[in-house]
Amino acid sequence: MGELEIRSRPFVTGRAAGPTPLNALGDNLLTTTLDKVINWGRAGAIWPALFGLACCAIEMMGTVGPRHDLSRFGSELFRASPRQADLMIVAGRVSIKMAPVLRQIYDQMPEPKWVIAMGACASCAGMFNNYAIVQSVDKIVPVDIYIPGCPPRPEALIDAVIKLQRKIKGLPLVQR
Amino acid sequence: MADTSIEPQVERDPGAEPESEWMELNMGPQHPSTHGVLRVKLKLDGEIARDAECEIGYLHTGFEKSFEDKTYTQGITFSDRMDYLAPPINNVGFVMAVEKLMELDVPPRAQAIRVMMMELARIGSHALWLGTTGLDLGVYSGFFYAWRDREKILDLNEAYSGVRMMTSFTRVGGVAWDLPEGWLDDLQKLVDVLPSRIDDYEGLFTHNPIWIERTRGLGVLTAEEAIDWGVTGPVLRASGIGYDVRKAFPYCGYEQYDFAVPVGTAGDSYERYLLRIREMRESVKILQQVIDSLPGGPVITANRKVALPPRAELSGSMEAVIHHFRLVSEGFKPPVGEVYAFVESPRGELGYYLVSDGTNKPYRMKVRPPSLCNLQAIGKMVQGRLVADVVAILGSIDIILGDVDR
Amino acid sequence: MSESWSEMLVRKVQERFPAALLEHGEFRGDLTLLVDATKLVDVARFLKEDSELGFTYLLYVTAVDWPAREPRFDVVWEVRNLDRGTRVRLKTRAAAPDYAVPSLTAVWRAANWHERETYDLLGIRFDGHPNLRRILMPDTWEGHPLRKDYVSFGEPVIFSDQKLEGLEPDAIRG
Repeated sequence: MGELEIRSRPFVTGRAAGPTPLNALGDNLLTTTLDKVINWGRAGAIWPALFGLACCAIEMMGTVGPRHDLSRFGSELFRASPRQADLMIVAGRVSIKMAPVLRQIYDQMPEPKWVIAMGACASCAGMFNNYAIVQSVDKIVPVDIYIPGCPPRPEALIDAVIKLQRKIKGLPLVQR
Repeated sequence: MADTSIEPQVERDPGAEPESEWMELNMGPQHPSTHGVLRVKLKLDGEIARDAECEIGYLHTGFEKSFEDKTYTQGITFSDRMDYLAPPINNVGFVMAVEKLMELDVPPRAQAIRVMMMELARIGSHALWLGTTGLDLGVYSGFFYAWRDREKILDLNEAYSGVRMMTSFTRVGGVAWDLPEGWLDDLQKLVDVLPSRIDDYEGLFTHNPIWIERTRGLGVLTAEEAIDWGVTGPVLRASGIGYDVRKAFPYCGYEQYDFAVPVGTAGDSYERYLLRIREMRESVKILQQVIDSLPGGPVITANRKVALPPRAELSGSMEAVIHHFRLVSEGFKPPVGEVYAFVESPRGELGYYLVSDGTNKPYRMKVRPPSLCNLQAIGKMVQGRLVADVVAILGSIDIILGDVDR
Repeated sequence: MSESWSEMLVRKVQERFPAALLEHGEFRGDLTLLVDATKLVDVARFLKEDSELGFTYLLYVTAVDWPAREPRFDVVWEVRNLDRGTRVRLKTRAAAPDYAVPSLTAVWRAANWHERETYDLLGIRFDGHPNLRRILMPDTWEGHPLRKDYVSFGEPVIFSDQKLEGLEPDAIRG
């Protein structure tokens, strides 16, 4: 699979990463309205790819379960094929052997795509500061939202999805 | 890396096509039905699977190395994350190894609390297994039924330990906290309702002709093969060998409770499903008995060299302060030696082999994972079955990759 | 004089393989036999096939690293007799430079993956194993992580009052 270089600094995401074809047209009334409509559409139906790795995956299943129902927020289905998904929730610890696979799945997802690092292990390797675990998944893929917790409650994951929706719509993450 | 010199793990069927005609199909590591990050390299002769070679290690976390670096009390929080569907059981196994080494007595109330948490974990784990295996085979509603009950169990976990899943509730010599007020009433309410909930599951699966069709006769292991491959838990019991650690080597006071261990004869996936349902019912019985007979008393050993003194003592006794300081900063030091302690997890016998060199950290803590032992037999179980059956067989073994890879 | 099963076991092994049993002991109810590596397979087969002993079920295989001692590793197999409920720990020692011991997959088939894991994490070579490859670490990994001289940490923890320059970025190659 080739060598995997893991960066020491996280990727930049969002508008800081540079212009996209859509905003290269400049900010005028037409494009900002179009922007809003498209972003509203994207945010309303984010379908995650199945990427449950470890314990956080169980809480992710709980989020889909009957008590905390994630499909209320647009994530109706978790798609097994990354080509049909637009969100990758990295739920669990990423080991050295899994890291190239993670990158491959991320690469297979079509744009626009977002990544939520669920749990302490995905965000910063959690309690596993050792040889086997990649020290944060943002060394491999750009992350949009980090969720702390070991594992985070289903409510925390729902909060993260809502924050992501606001990010997609261009709103500030926490509304004052 | 072409490895032509490797001997096949399973004997080849003489009626099959020659191996050069086979196709190798890769399942995973990202796959909805491998129950975690497991890579299965299926060797297919047309539609029939001839061998399944598993590649594991995609969730290897270095637990055993981490244990060597942490004191015994710190290690308890690590032990949760191995078999992450039933963390209380990992916790109990871990401290049992240390208690066996130090020949510590655990007070009866602590034993009873351990049993309650473990049986709740067992029911939760089997319910989730049922939900996800059903999901693999197309029973979408079973998943939601299972989570309905699992959420109640997680609520109880949270009320007791503060965390839904990774409870870390045991300490060497007992448990960390006593039961909160009203917890037993909530547990009683759940225990009253659970038998009818299990009836709901049975209503969905047991006589469902599609379920029977898809699981009966699959993944058969005879008793000799089961012992030869070293499988454990419901997989072993479905093949006719009635070995359950709770009955064979009772721990935590299991000998006082009246419960049966279901044993099957057919050795196939359907039998394993039936056994797990019956185990859930037996766990409910055990829970009721524990609630009725819960003893009073302390929840941790009085040995101050091992267990923290109660907070009330700290304001009065200098000795208590010194003990507290030593235990928190350094931890206790067990004697030199090695032991093997084991508990019955929902997947089978979970064992901890502890080697101590007399310091406050384990010298070597080897975990004997039931899922690894069960997964080895997959090559034998899928032989001669169709591709679609591989998923059903993999589901019926009930593996947790955190346990397999550690 | 009635003999406990562990005394019977030790006596039978000593009678059958006079020079093989180097040490034996019981600690906290666990019986351990230290066997010479050259006789290991025979002793193991005897433990499995003898009708009075019948240890057919393998629990696990592992090794313990004692770097200050030569031979360095203790390789451990623990087996059980499911009917009688007896359990015995079979040990042998692995010495530099190969750290090689005979494989017991021919006796207990379940030893296959356990021995691979012990090879992967501790570097013990099992002679006669049908498929001795790494199982948990990536195939191209160098080193054996569970050895005592293998330093394991992923990243130095940086506190807010420390400077970031001068710290090496960690590049982990798979």
